[in-house]
Amino acid sequence: MFQVAPRSTVYDVVVIGSGAGGGTATKVLADLGVNVALLEAGPMIDPAKDFKEHMWPYQVPHRGIGDGGLGYFGPTPWDFGYFTTTSGGWQLPGEPYTVAPGDKWEWFRSRVVGGRTNHFGRIALRFADYDFAPYSRDGLGTDWPITYDELAPYYDKAESFIGVTGSQEGIRSAPDGIFQACPPPRVHEILVQRAAKKLNIPCIPSRLAVITKPTNGRPACHYCAQCGRGCVSASNYSSSQVQIFPAMETGRVKLFTNAMARELITDDSGRVTAVSYVDKITRAENQIRCRSVVVACGACESARLLLNSKSSRYPTGIANGSGHVGRNLTDSVGYSLGAHIPALDGLPRHNSDGMGGMHVYIPWWLWDAKNKEFPRGYHVEIGGGFHMPGIGSFNGICSRHEGYGQDLKAAIYDQYGANVSFAGRGEQIPNPHTFCEIDPDVVDRFGIPVLRFHFRWTDDELKQARHMHETFQAILETMGGTVTRPKPNFLGGEGISMGGEIIHELGTIRMGKDPSASVLNKYCQAHEVKNLFVADAAPFVSNPDKNPTLTIIALAWRTAEYLAQEMRQGNV
Amino acid sequence: MSETSRRDLLRAIALSVTAGGLNLEAAQHVHRLVAQARTASGYEPKALTQHEYKTLERLADLIVPADEHGPGAASAGVCEFIDLLASQNPQLLAIYTGGTAWLDSAMRRRAATDFVSAKPEQQTALLDLIAYRKNKSAELGPGIQFFDWARKMVVDAYYTSPEGIKAIGYLGNTAVAKFEVPQEAIDYAIKRSPV
Repeated sequence: MFQVAPRSTVYDVVVIGSGAGGGTATKVLADLGVNVALLEAGPMIDPAKDFKEHMWPYQVPHRGIGDGGLGYFGPTPWDFGYFTTTSGGWQLPGEPYTVAPGDKWEWFRSRVVGGRTNHFGRIALRFADYDFAPYSRDGLGTDWPITYDELAPYYDKAESFIGVTGSQEGIRSAPDGIFQACPPPRVHEILVQRAAKKLNIPCIPSRLAVITKPTNGRPACHYCAQCGRGCVSASNYSSSQVQIFPAMETGRVKLFTNAMARELITDDSGRVTAVSYVDKITRAENQIRCRSVVVACGACESARLLLNSKSSRYPTGIANGSGHVGRNLTDSVGYSLGAHIPALDGLPRHNSDGMGGMHVYIPWWLWDAKNKEFPRGYHVEIGGGFHMPGIGSFNGICSRHEGYGQDLKAAIYDQYGANVSFAGRGEQIPNPHTFCEIDPDVVDRFGIPVLRFHFRWTDDELKQARHMHETFQAILETMGGTVTRPKPNFLGGEGISMGGEIIHELGTIRMGKDPSASVLNKYCQAHEVKNLFVADAAPFVSNPDKNPTLTIIALAWRTAEYLAQEMRQGNV
Repeated sequence: MSETSRRDLLRAIALSVTAGGLNLEAAQHVHRLVAQARTASGYEPKALTQHEYKTLERLADLIVPADEHGPGAASAGVCEFIDLLASQNPQLLAIYTGGTAWLDSAMRRRAATDFVSAKPEQQTALLDLIAYRKNKSAELGPGIQFFDWARKMVVDAYYTSPEGIKAIGYLGNTAVAKFEVPQEAIDYAIKRSPV
């Protein structure tokens, strides 16, 4: 079992957080012979016990709605449904955050080994070359201190190691990589591809972190569509199963669970010498000594830890001489729209489960268009098919059809699997009104000051969401569907997702060449603290229309290699 | 895929995975138990009275009747699901005690009998009124609201039961070595599609 380290133990590296960034850093460091203490604020995960993969709804008396029909009356404790794997929540008991008056923000936090990689959508997209130089391209935001070519070898390593599906397409907005074969499109996805083609929109095989051939001892996907429940055979990527468990087998990783980091302790020279944390079970205070630290708590939680690590040397928080810790926060722009597609009515029954997610997707296609009404772009995710029936699956049909009896039963049979939906995920540009800071008045149940959020969309994002609606409507109508949802008043703030809701929050400890306008250098090493590194999405300089996970892994991999090299050379 | 190779695959996955997860045998066991409990006549309602429960059974079968795809709602265990949840939640229980009592009083006004004893055509005549939002009136409002609840929960419970999953034709939640889409299904959709 896990033991509290004796005070005298000094680890080479303490990694704080076990999600995509922390998991990658831990695995890469351990493989390079570095001794790692891995801190996770939640409990261990046991796939055999905790995952509800392959369960039928009738194997639970409440069928997933909760005792007493809980979900019929309001929210349940399971933010993504009863059968989804343990991952975290929109609210954590005793661990509040606050939002500035008039603003709206939602913050999903994980407290479990593997973090949000246990449930995430497995979408694994490379950023495009131009995504690293947004300011040079359109004068908005800030350029990254690295280029695509500098990160590309690490995208290669990440894809080769975790396994990502895809195809070679030669599309600039969606760079090709090292891909495993993607399973063929489902029937509704074929219709989407045909409609998209007519509209001159590309629709290509999905890039999902799911393996379709045996990889590093993991068996290939068995196509049950239940990635979100957690995969007992580890055929999709989660940092817990794919990186942390194997890393622990090296004997160089000590995992501390239920360990909530309080602050980074520094010496007179300003170096981090230890991490102070509270054991959440006993509420005992502990310290782990280290030669260097990798902060990977998730962008906002990482910013919180830095801001709370105050000393006479770092009065506004460690590494925060620039004042940029907590700033430049963004989330993805989100908007969804679906419709009933009559061509799919009565579709001959077959198993359409496949991977847990779409088999084709739409990468951004207007990257070169002139005179767009908004900057940047979005990609489109596609939903549909014969899903395992669950509570609420036929609400839409019941509400549209009404009635009862043979008529209703026939309509349900006919329209099952005949719905197609689209979800856009687009780029938000950092703005001065969107950031997090320490709330001066509130602490959590461990006495740790909490974050206060400020969030604002600008017209750029609102217009982008409007464009999503128009695109989705065009594709659905080309497929013969009728969109019944009235077009939201986007410029009035309707329709667009709430800040934080897409769970792509990032940018709060950004990297950059200029120490007065960034916190980290091009290796995600603090400008001011040589043995402090950040390895989640906090270092991102922009939030392109590609989900962040693959870039978190690639960047963390590069950071960990650099750190190991610097330690070997005695520089850290 | 042949049955033998499917079994081999399942065994292989089961071995590669420690315990839990792909527990098909356990699933089938539960399925059998549920089936036995039902045939052993007379589930004892935990929350509803015998009369309320019988009323709910009749209503459930009117909402989802038996057809060539599968049995009616009551024999698929729908009312047990509703009664169980109602036994855990007074708010939900009130919806069903109030709703079944409303059905009785509405039927008494129309046919001088309670709902479950009325003739099938009298029952459907009442449902023809309360199964549609457009009929909302001072008299029918509570009935329409209750019927919406009942329809939602009966449909939910039916299609999450083994019988309902079979009736809807869901063929997944199984391990396959290769994902394929039948050409017949592709042709069917393309023939009907404007693109």
